[in-house]
Amino acid sequence: MKKYLTLYITCLAFTGRVLAQETIYPAAAQQKTIVLTHATIHVGNGQVIENGSITFANGKITAVGADVPSSADAQVIDVQGQHIYPGIIAPASDVGLTEVESVRATNDYEEVGELNPSVRALIAYNTDSKVINTLRVNGILLAQVTPAGDLLSGSSSVVQLDAWNWEDAAYKTDDGQHFFMPQLLPPSNPFRGPQPPANDREKEAYEKIERVRAFFREARAYIQEGKHTETNLKFEALRKLFSKEQKLYIHCNIVKEMLLAVDFVKEFGFEVVIVGGSDAWMMPDILKQNNIAVILAQPHSLPTMQDDDVDQPYKTAAQLQKAGVLFCISNEGFWQQRNLMFEAGTASAYGMSKEEALSAITLNTAKILGIDKTTGSLEPGKDANIAVSTGDILDMRSNNITHAFIQGREVSLDNKHKQLYERYKYKYGLK
Amino acid sequence: MEQPLAYVPGTGRMSHLVPPGLTRRKRTKVFYLLLVVLLAGSYAKAQETFPINGVADPREGCYAFTHATIVKEAGSTLQDATLVIRDGRIISAGPGVVIPKDAVVVDCKGKYIYPSFVDIYSDYGTQPVKKSSQGFRSPPQFLSNTKGAFGWNEAIKSEINAAAIFKTDEPKAKTLRQAGFGAVLTHQQDGIARGTGALVTLAADRENKVMVREKASAQYSFDKGSSTQNYPGSLMGSIALLRQTYLDAQWYKNHPSKEGINLSLQSWNDEQTLPQVFEVNDKWDVLRAKKIGDEFGVQYIIKAAGNEYQRVAEMAATKAAFILPLNFPAAMDVEDINDARFVALSDLKHWELAPTEPGAFEKAGIPFCLTAAGLKDNKQFLSNVRKAIDYGLSEQKALDALTKVPAALIKASDQVGTLDAGKLANFLITSGPLFKENTVLYQNWVQGKRYIINEDGWMDVRGTYTLTLSPGATYNILVKGTPVAPSLALLQQADTISGTIVLEDKLVRLAFPLTKKGTRTLRLSGVISGDAWNGNGLDTSGNTVKWNAAFSKAFVPPADSAKKKADLDLTKIYYPFNGYGWETTKLQQQDILIKNATVWTNEQQGKLENTDVLIRAGKIAQVGKSLPAGNALVIDGTGKHLTPGIIDEHSHIAITRGVNEGTQSVTSEVRIADVLNPDDINIYRQLSGGVTSSHLLHGSANTIGGQTQLIKLRWGANAEDLKFAGWDPFIKFALGENVKQSNWGESQRTRFPQTRMGVDQVLDDAFTRARDYEKQGPGKRRDLELDALVEILNHKRFITCHSYVQSEINMLIHEADKFGFTVNTFTHILEGYKVADKMKKHGAGASTFADWWAYKMEVQDAIPYNATIMQRVGLTVAINSDDAEMARRLNQEAAKSIKYGGMTEEDALKMVTLNPAKLLHISDKVGSIKPGKDGDVVLWSDDPLSIYAKAEKTIVDGVVYFDRQHDAELHQRIATERNRLIQKMLAEKKKGSPVDKIKPTRDELWNCEDMESGHQHGTTDNQ
Repeated sequence: MKKYLTLYITCLAFTGRVLAQETIYPAAAQQKTIVLTHATIHVGNGQVIENGSITFANGKITAVGADVPSSADAQVIDVQGQHIYPGIIAPASDVGLTEVESVRATNDYEEVGELNPSVRALIAYNTDSKVINTLRVNGILLAQVTPAGDLLSGSSSVVQLDAWNWEDAAYKTDDGQHFFMPQLLPPSNPFRGPQPPANDREKEAYEKIERVRAFFREARAYIQEGKHTETNLKFEALRKLFSKEQKLYIHCNIVKEMLLAVDFVKEFGFEVVIVGGSDAWMMPDILKQNNIAVILAQPHSLPTMQDDDVDQPYKTAAQLQKAGVLFCISNEGFWQQRNLMFEAGTASAYGMSKEEALSAITLNTAKILGIDKTTGSLEPGKDANIAVSTGDILDMRSNNITHAFIQGREVSLDNKHKQLYERYKYKYGLK
Repeated sequence: MEQPLAYVPGTGRMSHLVPPGLTRRKRTKVFYLLLVVLLAGSYAKAQETFPINGVADPREGCYAFTHATIVKEAGSTLQDATLVIRDGRIISAGPGVVIPKDAVVVDCKGKYIYPSFVDIYSDYGTQPVKKSSQGFRSPPQFLSNTKGAFGWNEAIKSEINAAAIFKTDEPKAKTLRQAGFGAVLTHQQDGIARGTGALVTLAADRENKVMVREKASAQYSFDKGSSTQNYPGSLMGSIALLRQTYLDAQWYKNHPSKEGINLSLQSWNDEQTLPQVFEVNDKWDVLRAKKIGDEFGVQYIIKAAGNEYQRVAEMAATKAAFILPLNFPAAMDVEDINDARFVALSDLKHWELAPTEPGAFEKAGIPFCLTAAGLKDNKQFLSNVRKAIDYGLSEQKALDALTKVPAALIKASDQVGTLDAGKLANFLITSGPLFKENTVLYQNWVQGKRYIINEDGWMDVRGTYTLTLSPGATYNILVKGTPVAPSLALLQQADTISGTIVLEDKLVRLAFPLTKKGTRTLRLSGVISGDAWNGNGLDTSGNTVKWNAAFSKAFVPPADSAKKKADLDLTKIYYPFNGYGWETTKLQQQDILIKNATVWTNEQQGKLENTDVLIRAGKIAQVGKSLPAGNALVIDGTGKHLTPGIIDEHSHIAITRGVNEGTQSVTSEVRIADVLNPDDINIYRQLSGGVTSSHLLHGSANTIGGQTQLIKLRWGANAEDLKFAGWDPFIKFALGENVKQSNWGESQRTRFPQTRMGVDQVLDDAFTRARDYEKQGPGKRRDLELDALVEILNHKRFITCHSYVQSEINMLIHEADKFGFTVNTFTHILEGYKVADKMKKHGAGASTFADWWAYKMEVQDAIPYNATIMQRVGLTVAINSDDAEMARRLNQEAAKSIKYGGMTEEDALKMVTLNPAKLLHISDKVGSIKPGKDGDVVLWSDDPLSIYAKAEKTIVDGVVYFDRQHDAELHQRIATERNRLIQKMLAEKKKGSPVDKIKPTRDELWNCEDMESGHQHGTTDNQ
């Protein structure tokens, strides 16, 4: 065994490859100007530039186009025939908040209690999660880490996925508060056992929603008065929400819930984003009219009802697109985020263009999360958050990332999975 | 020859009139003799053991009901007839029967007499049983908690004897009598085997007097009821337990010494000669019960669930008799569109069609009776019978189903069911024909005792009377209306002046003005003595008068305004019974020619461009260029791709009420085949993703799970027809965290095994027992669990084993080697890449996820390159779903291996077509496009491995089961039907009918780790 191990290490040394998860390092700040050339550039706003180049320096994109002048000291990377995309953003995720779903000790995404606006997901974000490296390699470069919970779960933050610690990772700190609206649905027929009391659950749901409203009303009053003998941290945590520096993400799916979500705009003037919205296709005009954006639940889902179009979850994105609702596409969970672009690919197959589908995981997401000034598309002045793929990034046949840059830093595309792959290719003598 | 029967007074029993062996002449003589004895009423005095507190009050209770219309049974109506009863029994019924001198005569002129109803599915007089709250999070209970020398399983309650626990319950009896019932077969509705039922009357009397037959039936269900024992935890477990109990009981007949005394099995054996009644929860349960009955030579009487009309042909084929409930669903309150969204068309349709069930059974010639079981209020019973009649049931069958049929089914025709001499004096007196809308039940006589249901109207005072006031004038008054609600009119030459008439007991009061415009009222109060009424009153001026009224003319009711039967305009039955079902079960297999497609053959010739494929008689007939169409349906495949149908090696769709038995570490006796759910919408959804066959597995909650079932997605077929013919049987095994209950919470720390070490021992022990069992000689107790394991040892059943980490994979290979069999397939197998060489040497295949990981500890080393490595090492590798959502895009999952490890597109496609076919030993039938193989193909809009590909047509056995064009038409049909039914429900609400709050329709969805009522899966499940 020992001999075997020695051989293995020798082999590693020989190939000169870094083969341990712990030695995958966050990249250092961009030093030289980098130019990527001869690529198809998918800007993220619908525009496609054939045989184009992109230049970035000091972490910012400086030029994008068919004819970009190259400077002498720039590092030129010829990505002939490849495709360049904005880094993909995973909204409403628990990346870095959990490592092994079934092991309680690794779960840091849900606090106890109903009203926790002061809870912050960012400080639990684990930059050393082994999952993170498996996302970058597919082109996911940013994520919104989001606390779950009962009613008000706390604030989310946007992180970039290549960092030493959460402080470095923070891309937009405390971008919004999250409200998990209780379900407004009467109980179903049970398969077994007695029928639960019919009205209690809905009544309880309405009471809970009213508790949240009452809480916001008191918070608003508290904030209006500057001086307090006793500080209320929960109310304090809502200042940015009332000043619209934060958004209110309301997690809900069915029409009644979304109608009440719209009312939160009207009563409190919040900037409301619906997270989930699986039935949003039933009321796109209302959403549009009230400027409600939607972080759409994953298209790879079963229809809500047996009568629904079998493809309804695939089609919802295109229906929102057509109605002019600002939306982006999300995926459940943490490790699952690596399939986010395929969710967008499916949405494209069912009624929208590939570039629109790309926007739904890049620029639209950035707009909704309030980070579109710095990312979401490949435009001069924005951060150089860039993924280069040998083919169509939305299709698993051709999603093959050769380079990825976060704020101009070329990040490692290595990960635990590749390492285990190499280890066992070695075992079986496979090339 | 059937002996004539007669009631033997004083004994409470029927007897053969003459002993067999007498000559015909002698018989006749004896018959008359007995008849004389009967009529004379001189028979032995009844005696009883119960002491009397006070003065004895013996009565013979002889009554004669005269001038009645007697319906002895459906089809035998006697006009102006007399019914004579004595001592709780019928003495005679007919026109011109002799009225005994000691009879109390009751004039029933204008009234009808019917046999009281018999309900053979009742829990009357038993204690309601609380359902077990035993959940998957409670600490396990391995054995029965029943005290006494009973069997091992608490849900087998064959020792329960309803007669011994029965206690009369007058309030309940009253509601049943008011609904028309005279006798019920009652049993304790608890458990899988529920013991015996007792036939009792609903008289308000002592238990021993109302009991007609102590053991009249044996009762069964699939529901474990109050049992807190874990096993069985699923429907398939209930079925296995029933089957094993039949076998155990057979074996117990020889008093095996090791078993000792087992009173449950003893009772079970004793009860087998009784009528066997089986309660089901669903139409498909009927076929499940039928299958058990066939295996053990039992014909059950089925207590139906109410949705059997959806599959009448299958119901008729069981040859069973049915007890049909009448608890039709109420309309729902669908006013709020955002609530109505959550009620599926299937539930709306069921609301409309449920009342057609009895009529549909009649039409199909299926014997049935009716029960009040399940009604919230027994007052609904008769109106629901009438509703069933409006929906197609004939009145004659309705009466049979309430009287004669139930009596015959429990072999109690000698006691109840008709008004023949000798039977119990259980009968109804009504105002008119029983099923007419306004007919009133006046009295229900049970065992010769009168129970008044409606006093009003018993005395029909309608008619014309001559009213004489003294002092004063004479008037003609007319009493009209109905017997229950009479009304009064004063006839004054041309005028008819209305007044009021109120009857109270035998008292009457009349009030009316004397002229049309009169404001003053004449008030009379009196007593009715037969046709003569008299009393006192005050005239319009306030003067005292005496009065009498004499009957002058009978009332002639106005001719029935022939009530036009409402045009029902009912919805069609769909197969399956939901929005995407077909309107027929007979789908036509047709010859199909797909022209000019890119054909992925999965054969040596690989991918063929511009190629035609001909499917004839359900099989692939030809693959080539420019094939002649002949009579075939031509489908243009230009620019499209044709692949073999997708085969999902690991699926849990189309399974009902539990995917895991999981309550013991070894449950090889349970079978997914027993619990197929052909109505599962996920069959259709998966067809839309190109899936044509699914291997339905037991879950992974225990080491040796259940037997699996391979199906073809023949949407609309019943369970038998879904099954893939000619496959090798498989069984699910599982290793690791699930079977050692690592993630089940702190309460689950006692079931063996709790470690991978223990998992090994479970396997070693099970196969050792199986080997020893096989060697045992004749007379051994047949053990269904070990039978399945012996099949594995004999290479007749094959294993697909849920497994993750390399140590356990290695372990199972060692166990298999030790016992001389091969592990056919490792499923999930996320660390297969670590031991691919060992798997190859052993001969195992792999069926894995494309890229799942991190969801639990044992998948920390799962990598998306797993499939590629295993394939490159030389294993047969499939990609499976274990998930109803992922299954409809298995092509995409396969394509991930192109990304992770660079597999070729053709090899990737094989992972969801040919390779699973190989793993399932069906690659001679499916998995590639080759002449002779089944016509299971998919036409894709694009390269099937592309994210942009859509299955446009999915064909199974040459039948197009999914087609995008047809699908669009179905959306339209669903919308139209929903609207019609919702409008109908709204109309119902507007009419003032009671409506229920909406209940969202919920579809069953299972995955590997689910216990019953387990995980949450969707919006309507999220509670």
